Amino acid sequence: MADAALASRPAPSSAAVLRVKGLQAWYNESHILHGVDLDVREGEVVTLLGRNGAGKTTTLKAIMGIVGKRTGSVMFRDCELVGLSIERIARLGVALCPEERAVFASLTVKENLFLPPQIAKVGGMTVQQIYALFPNLRERLTSGGGKLSGGEQQMLAIARILRTGARFLMLDEPTEGLAPVIIQQIGRTIAELKREGFTILLVEQNFRFASTLADRFFVMEHGRIIDAFSNAELAGKMDMLHEALGV
Amino acid sequence: MTIFGHVISWPQLYGQLLIGLINGSFYALLSLGLAVIFGMLTIVNFAHGAFYMMGAFGAYFLLQLAGLNYWWALVLSPLIIGAVGALVERLFLKRLAGFDPLYSLLLTFGLALIFQGLFQNYFGASGMPYAIPKQLSGAYNLGFMFLPVYRGWVIVASMVVCFGTWLVIEKTKLGAYLRAGTENPTMVRAFGINVPRMVTLTYAFGVALAAFAGVLAAPINQVRPGMGADIIAVVFAVVVIGGMGSILGSILTGFVLGVVEGLTKVFYPEASNTVVFVIMAIVLLIRPAGLFGRTA
Repeated sequence: MADAALASRPAPSSAAVLRVKGLQAWYNESHILHGVDLDVREGEVVTLLGRNGAGKTTTLKAIMGIVGKRTGSVMFRDCELVGLSIERIARLGVALCPEERAVFASLTVKENLFLPPQIAKVGGMTVQQIYALFPNLRERLTSGGGKLSGGEQQMLAIARILRTGARFLMLDEPTEGLAPVIIQQIGRTIAELKREGFTILLVEQNFRFASTLADRFFVMEHGRIIDAFSNAELAGKMDMLHEALGV
Repeated sequence: MTIFGHVISWPQLYGQLLIGLINGSFYALLSLGLAVIFGMLTIVNFAHGAFYMMGAFGAYFLLQLAGLNYWWALVLSPLIIGAVGALVERLFLKRLAGFDPLYSLLLTFGLALIFQGLFQNYFGASGMPYAIPKQLSGAYNLGFMFLPVYRGWVIVASMVVCFGTWLVIEKTKLGAYLRAGTENPTMVRAFGINVPRMVTLTYAFGVALAAFAGVLAAPINQVRPGMGADIIAVVFAVVVIGGMGSILGSILTGFVLGVVEGLTKVFYPEASNTVVFVIMAIVLLIRPAGLFGRTA
């Protein structure tokens, strides 16, 4: 439970990395987000909880600019992201590890790993650090991206955004569909990233997993944030969470 | 040797084999360009034949108006026509992204008719001669046949460009961006890569390949407004046989079908114009995705 002790440690600084206000988003005609407000501070792990369809994934995509239309405000450090293209947002240091992992099947593991261009001269992990974090990847460098197991794909999807120098990571359900032993490894990885000073916005259905890592939680329903609390308040929120998440 | 009632001589066989390889060189370059464009844009580029024709006219104008010889044309004409392609992508095709591919097919078909009509209007249907460059005139005596130097050059140039394109796409970082962009453009953008610009450049590159083939063809055939329309039907059959979107498949199928066509001319001349389409029908029956195609 060393991870839990780590998570309860206060965040190193309280400067907001991300400040989302009144974010609304649409896919074609469907109005998915109805005004999301949340903030993530420097060095924090913040977890978005909520049922399927509550708008968690859409929130991450809307921050990244991957939605049809969005309104409201997404401030990343001193920069307004609403109105910027996806690639501009990425170049500012926002990285997304999507739910479907999006490992490219027509590329080798090595090509996948080195695909994202360096967006900052400093702050990225070295290849050695990445291999130390994910020893399995080093052994599979020449394999095709489509040949990996679910766990390996997830590790590759996280690994490739660590090299680039992006310091704000959005991880969408990194444990989904994985075996317990792999989930533990992903958990250790996220804890390690937090120690390294990365700021992380995590979407997770599994709040037992999230509770060992997150500093704060936001709960979503019907495209809105319905509650926010810190890790210390988690115990008192259990009944509400069981209700809201249906678990 | 007598087959199907035809007397076949060895020189005739070699001659047709050579013509087959030359035709195959053009099929390969053109179907490669189509495959590159289809892979990245999922656009069936019906204007490809028109760009091929414009590449040949590019060489003609560079010589007539600017006095620039064949070697300059080989570089400049693909660049100029490629730029025209980039313009077409930015002005028209970009607006059709996300629509049914049928729309872009119709659009490029219309553009092909317009380009071809314009050239026909100003230059008539008959061709303009374009001389073989001095360095490539003459013939080698291979012992069993004479090989015109220019024809040998066309085969080598096509193979080098095709293989080089394949190498870039399969083995380099740039190629990795292209392959990744083909698979999941949104994710590639989320890594900070300007995919819309990459799409424009990919279309321009495919068009430049067609123009390069056009320059190669200028000294062999005459420079004619209809030269693209003549070859493009066979090229599309080649692409269907090879499978849309397969880079290596489009190159190999191009060369092989050129040779098959040439050999048919020797063994059963009556079928030489239809053999590619017969093969296409058979391939469609057995492997609808094409010989090298991935089933969608």
